Amino acid sequence: MNTPSTAVLHRTVNWKLHIAVLAVAIAFPFVFPSSFMVNFGVLALFYAFIGQSWNISGGFAGQLSFGHVAFFGVGAYASAIVQMRWGFSPWMGLPASAIAGAVVGLIIAVLSFRAGLKGSYFALITLAFAEVLRILSNSVDLTGGGLGMLIPLKRSAANFQFEERAGFYFVILVLTVLSIACAEWLRHSRFGARLAAIRENEDAAKALGIDVFTEKVKIMLLSGAMCGVGGCFFSQYFLYIDPTIVFGVDKSVEMLLVSMIGGAGTVYGPLIGSLLLAFVSDITRVLTQIQGLSLVLYGALLVIIIAYLPNGLVDLFKSKSKSKTKRIADDVAR
Amino acid sequence: MDITILAAATINGLLLGGIYTLVACGLTLIYGVLHIINFAHGSMLMLAMFGVYYLLMVFKVDPYISLFIMVPVMYGFGYVLYKGVIGRLSNSKDENILLITLGLSIFLENVALMLFKGDSRTISVSYSDIMVELGPTLVPMPKLISFGVSMLLCIGLGLLIQKTDLGKSIRAVAKERVGARLVGIDVDKIFAISYGIGLATLGAAACLLMPIFYVSPTIGHVFVLVAFTVVVLGGMGSFLGAVVGGLIVGLTESFGGLFLGESLGQIGISLIFILILLLKPSGLFGASR
Repeated sequence: MNTPSTAVLHRTVNWKLHIAVLAVAIAFPFVFPSSFMVNFGVLALFYAFIGQSWNISGGFAGQLSFGHVAFFGVGAYASAIVQMRWGFSPWMGLPASAIAGAVVGLIIAVLSFRAGLKGSYFALITLAFAEVLRILSNSVDLTGGGLGMLIPLKRSAANFQFEERAGFYFVILVLTVLSIACAEWLRHSRFGARLAAIRENEDAAKALGIDVFTEKVKIMLLSGAMCGVGGCFFSQYFLYIDPTIVFGVDKSVEMLLVSMIGGAGTVYGPLIGSLLLAFVSDITRVLTQIQGLSLVLYGALLVIIIAYLPNGLVDLFKSKSKSKTKRIADDVAR
Repeated sequence: MDITILAAATINGLLLGGIYTLVACGLTLIYGVLHIINFAHGSMLMLAMFGVYYLLMVFKVDPYISLFIMVPVMYGFGYVLYKGVIGRLSNSKDENILLITLGLSIFLENVALMLFKGDSRTISVSYSDIMVELGPTLVPMPKLISFGVSMLLCIGLGLLIQKTDLGKSIRAVAKERVGARLVGIDVDKIFAISYGIGLATLGAAACLLMPIFYVSPTIGHVFVLVAFTVVVLGGMGSFLGAVVGGLIVGLTESFGGLFLGESLGQIGISLIFILILLLKPSGLFGASR
């Protein structure tokens, strides 16, 4: 999958697979209506969504970021501020957080790419930007400083708070479907092909006449907007945000983890990674009640994946050759 | 503003900077030679600090005596870790090493969380409370010691790199890997040794930090971004840079806290980091590449 394929534009969309996955996802809350299971589904989809936002820039375009939480945090605060300080409907938080995330993505991308930062340097500067935003949100009145912002509980769909958890489930399902559609579009479009060229060899891409700077800025803007919306969903689901929660390094790391483990630069990688993350963390919590065990496993898994499965878990599906599953899985993996 | 307050802030900033230098000089060595960013630096420091903590609690070994235990132990740990894990698994790709060290740090931090729980621990030694009068302010003795040893350590590392045969091999590998291999240097071994020395400095840092600081599984977060800032500001791979960068960062934090308040004051370090990366990524003393 890492070959910058000239066949990008001829790839077919595997509708059967998409429809099958969607059908399972829609049926899930009806088959498992317990609040524990629906919560599991919400969190798995939530991480798949923000993981996908990391994946379109980190995986498809190869711009490794350690500070995606910058977009996530401004999105979370934008939605809370629009609702609490300015009195808009919480649903307005969705466009507001997308705009906020996009603006921060634009600023970080223009500054860093203008300075020619790539690879590890880009990863480090995104981390520092997130830290600046964390400190700012910890210090100004608009965000409530270190106390954070508490969104009052008032259950009604008009208020982005649902009587049943399933309401949240379907909101995040729609967002995740959109994010997967976006990844699928990148897999097919000329824009996606240009990003793949940049990921594989930036100098060669430049030599081919690709405007590397603009393409990278565009994908960071898109990724920032998507991640900002994730922040909005987070604040409405948990009804409380503070600087350490929404600008903490661990959120950035989780986004990176689900994509890298599932398969960076693949359409279904983040979903596979997040299902595993949610599953492992629930299992370890229920069975052992040992704090931190799931992340121990995840850290180890990251090392193993980098070493032996650089394209993530989706590669496991790919190795079954000469069967129909291969064709389907290949499509997933690409 | 009162001149004594400024003087006190300066002294505190310099002492703080000494600690940052100590943590950063291993990082700069690892970067300078291997050209890799050791994201696990903070969690390695955490491990070493727990080592010092338990040496005192279980075996009643004074933190300063622990220097003679922790430095070789961390060296050996670093050597083996590089040989066994990092070097073998990364296929020598820059970004892979970054991700592997990230994976390692997640792993180590959470193992520590399982073993030691989340709370912070401090130690008390007989000399914790000895104060020294330094100009307008009183400074705890262990802080002065840590500052002094930190400077000596940086000089020592600089001499090691500049004057010894080992240092010559390290510099050769840093400059030109293929060429170094051609003249008979075992490049992989030099990598492992450099990583080992980098962690050995953390062993020393842990011994000096423990009497004046606390340890918790997430203590690495306190230092990791700061250490990167020091290294980038001074110039990756430069020991003089680590000293000057450390002192500047320490002063920035101290004066930031004085003028902007406790919470907003931390912003200075991150801003320096961003500005130096944007404007002069080679840093103050780094060779431009």
